[in-house]
Amino acid sequence: MPIVTAAKALLLKEFVGAFFLSFRYLLKPKATLNYPHEKNPQSPRYRGEHALRRYPNGEERCIACKLCEAICPAQAITIEAAPRGNDGTRRTTRYDIDMTKCIYCGYCQEACPVDAIVEGPNAEFATETREELFFDKQRLLDNGAVWEREIARNLAADAPYR
Amino acid sequence: MDLLLSLLIILAKSLGILIVLLVLVAYYILADRKIWAAVQLRRGPNVVGPWGLWQSFADMIKFMVKEPIIPDGANKGVFLIAPLVTATLALAAWAVIPVNEGWAVANLNVGVLYIFAISSLGVYGIIMGGWASNSKYPFLAALRSAAQMVSYEVSIGFVIITVLLCAGSLNLSDIVRAQDTKWGILGWYWLPLLPMLVIFFVSALAETNRPPFDLVEAESELVAGFMVEYSSGQYLLFMLGEYVAIVTMCALMTILFFGGWLPPINIAPFTWVPGVVWFVLKVSWFFFLFAMVKAFVPRYRYDQLMRLGWKVFLPISLAAVIIVAAVLEFVVKVGQ
Repeated sequence: MPIVTAAKALLLKEFVGAFFLSFRYLLKPKATLNYPHEKNPQSPRYRGEHALRRYPNGEERCIACKLCEAICPAQAITIEAAPRGNDGTRRTTRYDIDMTKCIYCGYCQEACPVDAIVEGPNAEFATETREELFFDKQRLLDNGAVWEREIARNLAADAPYR
Repeated sequence: MDLLLSLLIILAKSLGILIVLLVLVAYYILADRKIWAAVQLRRGPNVVGPWGLWQSFADMIKFMVKEPIIPDGANKGVFLIAPLVTATLALAAWAVIPVNEGWAVANLNVGVLYIFAISSLGVYGIIMGGWASNSKYPFLAALRSAAQMVSYEVSIGFVIITVLLCAGSLNLSDIVRAQDTKWGILGWYWLPLLPMLVIFFVSALAETNRPPFDLVEAESELVAGFMVEYSSGQYLLFMLGEYVAIVTMCALMTILFFGGWLPPINIAPFTWVPGVVWFVLKVSWFFFLFAMVKAFVPRYRYDQLMRLGWKVFLPISLAAVIIVAAVLEFVVKVGQ
């Protein structure tokens, strides 16, 4: 048997086999995605950057129930509430999410009774400083304005399964 | 006046081959990365220029403008000279490589010996770099590389001797001309000396510290080996020297076993193609093999490397020298 092994080693049997195997792989289509130009398909349940939504008439949805603040396991959400000046309805005066604490679990979205806080499809919000990741209410409402179409579509697509 | 003119001609020739060689090496580095990536189903560099064609030049500019860092405890002089030694010696070997009939900067009659000497000196760059860094990993890597390169030079030497016996000359151009027969590709030395070509190829991998014998810079154990403390221009010179040495080994295999600039078939459409094209094609083929080996062979353990060098290749090549000499003496002579 050692003679057979030695003969195989001397004739480079395994190396030649490996060469042709890797040559086949060389010609195969590549598994890599050309990321900024190509992107993977995304589930409607994808949990990305947060957004605060508004009703179609422009009224903000959030009623400051603080359920999201209560359920947030990372304690990333800070809410302060007060009656609004013009009509006395309960609204947030402050709605901050510390995105450096957030673990993107989606519990805030689950907890919200009015679909106000949602996690949108956007994951490309890298910043240059840490401070830029402390989102305030204005930033979240702006996200809602930018991503409303995609968010509404994803919520509608996922609604039958909830 | 004549002396000045011939000096100028030599200078122009040297500059010409230097520029062509460096551009070629830049693309061989890119090809190396692309082939390695493709076997692993990756794309490789593809952002700088079309299909990443400018990648090597972008890397070069990056290395040039970076800050060179010299460690506090390093021996400054030796530390700075080491990469220069590696790069200069690697480039110097190309002085005698004939890329076409009569196209060598210096048509040395002991060209093989010159290349052998120069490539042996290459280990000094690594030892100097490893020692002067005054750091543990580079020092270990330098010790490894010294032993490794010395071991495999022995079998490379014997392999070259078999070719010299067949060709009857130490001149690289004459070795190529000795392979110029009417049989074309079948007349080259790779066919009668196929085991020698294999041994030479594997030894060349070890000699140039290529995977699977890249123990000198084994990332998992020695971080980056002798290059740990190097950065910017010095690192660039080391990398350049390494890849030029690889291309030199490919060129040497082309000359010794694959008929240098000769066309594979000695009939019309093939003989019209200039010899340089054949030479570069053959060198590229061997470089492709180098790149493929990197992709599919796992790294050897150090004792396996030494066992292969001393207990397998040395006896085989030693026996081959005797067999080839005997065959030439008793069979070929009698046949004539």
